[in-house]
Amino acid sequence: MKSIKTWILVGFASLLLVACGQGGGGSGSKKSKTLDNTKKAGFVKCGVSQGLPGFSNADASGNWSGIDVDVCRAVAAAVLGDADKVKYTPLSAAERFTALTSGEIDVLARNTTWTLSRDADIGLTFVGVNFYDGQGFMVRKNSGINSVNDFRDGISACTNTGTTTELNMRDFFNSKNIKYEPIAFEKADEVVQAYDAGRCDTYTTDKSGLAAQRTKLSAPDDHKVLPETISKEPLGPVVRQGDSVWEDIVRWSLNTMIEAEEYGVNSSNASSLKESDNPAIKRLVGAEGELGAAFGLDNDWSLRIIEQVGNYGESYKKHIADTGILPNRGPNELWTKGGILYVPPAR
Amino acid sequence: MNLKKLNIENKKIRDFIPQALTVLALLSVIFYFATNAQINMGNRGISFGFGFLSQEASFDIAFSLIEFDGSYSYGRAFLVGLLNTILVSIIGIFLATIIGVIVGVARLSSNYLIAKTAEWYVEIFRNIPLILQIFFWYFAALRALPSPENAINFYDISYLTIKGWYIPKFVWTNFDIFFYSLILAFISIYFLNRYAKKQREEFGKILPTFTLSLGILISIPLLSFLLLGVSLSFNYPELKQLSETSYTYVNGVSIIPELIALALALSMYTATFIAENVRAGVMGVGKGQKEAAASIGLNKGQILKLVVMPQALRIIIPPTTNQYLNLTKNSSLAAAIAYPDMVLVFAKTALMQTGRAIEIISITMLTYLSLSISISILMNWYNKKMAIKEK
Repeated sequence: MKSIKTWILVGFASLLLVACGQGGGGSGSKKSKTLDNTKKAGFVKCGVSQGLPGFSNADASGNWSGIDVDVCRAVAAAVLGDADKVKYTPLSAAERFTALTSGEIDVLARNTTWTLSRDADIGLTFVGVNFYDGQGFMVRKNSGINSVNDFRDGISACTNTGTTTELNMRDFFNSKNIKYEPIAFEKADEVVQAYDAGRCDTYTTDKSGLAAQRTKLSAPDDHKVLPETISKEPLGPVVRQGDSVWEDIVRWSLNTMIEAEEYGVNSSNASSLKESDNPAIKRLVGAEGELGAAFGLDNDWSLRIIEQVGNYGESYKKHIADTGILPNRGPNELWTKGGILYVPPAR
Repeated sequence: MNLKKLNIENKKIRDFIPQALTVLALLSVIFYFATNAQINMGNRGISFGFGFLSQEASFDIAFSLIEFDGSYSYGRAFLVGLLNTILVSIIGIFLATIIGVIVGVARLSSNYLIAKTAEWYVEIFRNIPLILQIFFWYFAALRALPSPENAINFYDISYLTIKGWYIPKFVWTNFDIFFYSLILAFISIYFLNRYAKKQREEFGKILPTFTLSLGILISIPLLSFLLLGVSLSFNYPELKQLSETSYTYVNGVSIIPELIALALALSMYTATFIAENVRAGVMGVGKGQKEAAASIGLNKGQILKLVVMPQALRIIIPPTTNQYLNLTKNSSLAAAIAYPDMVLVFAKTALMQTGRAIEIISITMLTYLSLSISISILMNWYNKKMAIKEK
């Protein structure tokens, strides 16, 4: 009897093996697998932050909003015709790239800094910049610190782990020859709590992040952000390497929003501008040319983005300016108005 | 050669084939997963390799037992994290054992108040998730600590603040000689005990081993101070002003609050389970054993040491080994409160900066496995030593 049992066991083991052998490994195809899968699933798989006001933040009923969220909404509007068809996955800084490369998400719109090593080394492609940021420091107002030059040896600095922030902080303190105590938390909420409790003397992250997180402190008015910016932080959406069609869709969804602002096309006037005299505007609202065909979309893809999500200026105003996070657009103004937002023409 | 041996009728071969096939199937599954990972990584343009371990880490770590800053390699950062994990595990195991034994014995106390307090302690601390306890100690209990300028002052040599516990720094001269003198003392104690055992067994003489050992442990290192030029001085922490309203202590050693909170949470939680093991162990020794021991004239201390404990330990050690392993593995929750253990430094920060998920997670898992197995081996050895030897 015993031997019969063991043979049955072997039978199961071999069955398992055969079953595994049939499950195929992913293979790169010339067509856009991500686009096909997205259409089949009926929603865009979008990775966002665990809650950063203005960029990606969920309200009490679980609705996500923010300028990062709007990138995903734009992609959904372009590909699926409905900006609401997005499935959001909140990710920590440490999880985000793995989630993207493993296919759990297809677009990462999570205030992620574009750097050489991330772009070239780990199978990711950055498609553009939707926010030009820079790292700064927040301190208590009553500390008498008015500039980074007032920092002294022994200062303790709280920040997030696994971000460029942690590296910039070291570069900065080393260049100033200041000894410091780095306290790196995994989640932004815990950084805020620790800073609020007095565990650290300064809180450093991207300035937009500081402005947003300040609202979560027990007494926001007792704190201020120092004027200096110690790094360049171009934040933008990321896709997996190897699907150039999908990459183009995400890139041009973002570019469309910026270009629409440049030509004064917004969510309320977009459809009426089909009759515009300006060919650039007509291309933008799908009344001229066949631009969508290049990535397998219909011609109204860009019109849907503008109508359902709005142009970049509307998105910025709604999420960043009107919420009091950063009312002044600074570098995130159009190139025609003194900023550095400049996208290639859609033609 | 006997052909029958290679026949399927042969029972040995019949038993062997299924086992071999199972092993083969298992290996194939592992091979399949490895190849699959490799193909998919290739498709996504991710390379595989451990070369990153020698690259510059370029991030700093707040608390390290060995010298470290961002100019060292990722390999070194891994070592810092590993040592921090080992440190908090050792502190945790040490405290958990002490608290566990005290509470376990207290639960058996005939004093109603003591027994009930111990029972409440066990029921409360083992039924709250560990991560919440860690948050409690870090964000609630330590938050109540004062800022450095109002520190809780221990006789001007040590200060407890929200930024950490500052203690004097030991400054040794000729530390190596002191270290050797300690080793010498331990060797002497070992031989003393062997000699005492021989005396007891052969001549029935009982030497005051404990007092003698203590004497040796104190006198030999003391001699190294007096005769061999070993000396020790202290750097006391000093208050330093950072800005108009913020202060810190310099010159001393800072024990960061993250370590204190984590060690407290881990030991308070694990101690509840150890306390139950201790209670089970002591209750598992029959009443008759104690009575029999008393009847042959052993005193209370001897009964505990020679009769009750050896038998109780047999029951206590195996489940306590599990608790030690749990504590070590639970220390990986450190990341939540920024204690730079192996998970935070290596499996999160280094993983993020390099993007080498498969390599780093594999290394981390293998390291935890080795740590746990080492503890198991050590405890199994101790268990064997304590087991009743049948003569």
